[in-house]
Amino acid sequence: MKFATTRAGLIRAGVFFLVLLVIPIVGGPGYLLNTLIFTIMYAALSSSWNLIGGYAGYPSLGHVAFFGIGAYATGIIFSDSVYGGYAPFFLLPVIGLGVAFMSIPIGWVSMRTRADVFAIVTITLLFITQTLAFNLKNVTGGAQGKSVAPAPFDVGTYDWPFYYAMLILLAIAMGISLYFRRSKIGLSLATVRADEDKAHGVGVRVTAVKLIAFAVSAGLVAMVGGVWAYYVGFIYPQFAVDPLITIGMVLMAFLGGRGTLWGPVLGAFILVPAQEYFAQAFGASELYLIAYAAVFLVIMLFLPRGILPSITERLARRRASAAGAARDGASPTPSALPTSEVKVVR
Amino acid sequence: MTENVLEIDHLTKRFGGVTAVNECSFTVQKGTITALIGPNGSGKTTAFNMITGYLKADSGQIRFDGETIVKPRPADLYRRGLSRTFQQARIFPELTVEENLVVAAGYSWRQLFGRRVSESDHERAKEMLGEFRLDTLAGLPSADLSYGQRKLLEFAAVLMSDPTLVLLDEPTAGVNPVMIDTMEQHIRDRHAAGVTFLIVEHDMQLVMRLCDPVIVLDQGAPIAFGSPETIQSDPKVLEAYLGS
Ligand SMILES: Nc1ncnc2c1ncn2[C@@H]1O[C@H](COP(=O)(O)OP(=O)(O)OP(=O)(O)O)[C@@H](O)[C@H]1O
Ligand SMILES: [Mg+2]
Repeated sequence: MKFATTRAGLIRAGVFFLVLLVIPIVGGPGYLLNTLIFTIMYAALSSSWNLIGGYAGYPSLGHVAFFGIGAYATGIIFSDSVYGGYAPFFLLPVIGLGVAFMSIPIGWVSMRTRADVFAIVTITLLFITQTLAFNLKNVTGGAQGKSVAPAPFDVGTYDWPFYYAMLILLAIAMGISLYFRRSKIGLSLATVRADEDKAHGVGVRVTAVKLIAFAVSAGLVAMVGGVWAYYVGFIYPQFAVDPLITIGMVLMAFLGGRGTLWGPVLGAFILVPAQEYFAQAFGASELYLIAYAAVFLVIMLFLPRGILPSITERLARRRASAAGAARDGASPTPSALPTSEVKVVR
Repeated sequence: MTENVLEIDHLTKRFGGVTAVNECSFTVQKGTITALIGPNGSGKTTAFNMITGYLKADSGQIRFDGETIVKPRPADLYRRGLSRTFQQARIFPELTVEENLVVAAGYSWRQLFGRRVSESDHERAKEMLGEFRLDTLAGLPSADLSYGQRKLLEFAAVLMSDPTLVLLDEPTAGVNPVMIDTMEQHIRDRHAAGVTFLIVEHDMQLVMRLCDPVIVLDQGAPIAFGSPETIQSDPKVLEAYLGS
């Protein structure tokens, strides 16, 4: 694996963010911006989850708890009786830092377990948070929900601040991913993911890097939750701490490729629009969830490591076999691929 | 008086009904290449695991470098100069050969936030890569290495911390004869540079040429200790190997 910032990588990122930057200005159908906000939101969530679930190999299923905490923090500080303006956005770093610190003991306890046990421990985090949201009625409003300060933005460009806030959070999550990979944090996380016991044995600061990844990941997810709460304006426990949000961020990373920079983003840009499409095609019934799961299943069957790693591997093999064929004086043909690869392509 | 780097005192480990290591006591003198041999299942790896903090002993004491290790933890011991390798070579296959060395070299808190592989990391790794003739493979994912090369890489990596004592668990098991000679030479080189070794090994010819003294373990406890010659002619040792 090479982690040098290649020119191609810079151009890819530049084009991606430039396009997203101008879309609101260029305009389009009314639903476009709304769909994009949720797509970018999930890309940011999944990229943040990827820090701990992908790079560290600790597949948390409880991350929506931090999303909910961020949402409620925003909802509680900016309740419907105050004037919000842009203040909720400026408060996000505080919420992010607060949740990051708060998550350290949680991470410390839960990451004493591994793999499937860890996944289950983190699920309980989800349910504890949801139960608290339902029961701490004085602060959360319980099942009646909690309304957030109305956002005083122009009708014509109402979505813009939320859109750009989500985009900035995505950029931050991806920037941190890139930083992790290019620093010893990423190097250490890779050893934790591959063989944590061995990592201890060569003096890797295992606990520290795991907690760093967990806390940063939790803090980012909480910030996304804060923007979401302000955007939707009214939060209920079952939506702020929705298992589907957790599943969404995990599936998107799995789909695009865990432990890759663009995998979670790609996963979000496939799954969120697909979900919206199926929701419309199948009406309000929950049938769309089945279609959604089917898409996921099909891709995972054919590209089990996620889209990006599978494609990268295929390209590398094709290049290697092409080089080999060239050495042998033959022209590179698709049939030079190993048969197992051909099967994957079909 | 010769100094002991490692003193094991009445170490015991049970797995259910099996007593893998039973009231085991031995010492490793500074500057030696000590062998720990014994039939399969005699508790050699289990002893290694307790010494390096991978397993909690049921009872007994471990002293390393003159200090009693109250709560052995792999990372602490590694940083203090006690390195080990595993019977089944354990490396990080996703990392490059060079990165496997860099990550084992240790780093400060400040370096943790710094470059993945810095200039000074390159320099330190370069020496070790040269010593182990791995320089041409430095940038390769270590998943591409042969089994013997992996054993070599694992050995090289745990040397990055400049250890005083290295525990090798079957360094030549499953590798080709040329690689066995290479491994032997590297052990000799490092021994000459002042490193003490405790080696678990089934290749008796290698043990006889390389190690002195030899500790023989049977059913979790030492049954013989001495030079290779005395061990070879010890009836208890022959019985342990043939009778099992
Ligand atoms: N984790 C474990 N759980 C249960 N029993 C174990 C465990 N580890 C080792 N044992 C048992 O303890 C005994 C000693 O095993 P150990 O691996 O230490 O032997 P060894 O001397 O290293 O053998 P070999 O030469 O085959 O590597 C064996 O009977 C083994 O089955
Ligand atoms: Mg063993």
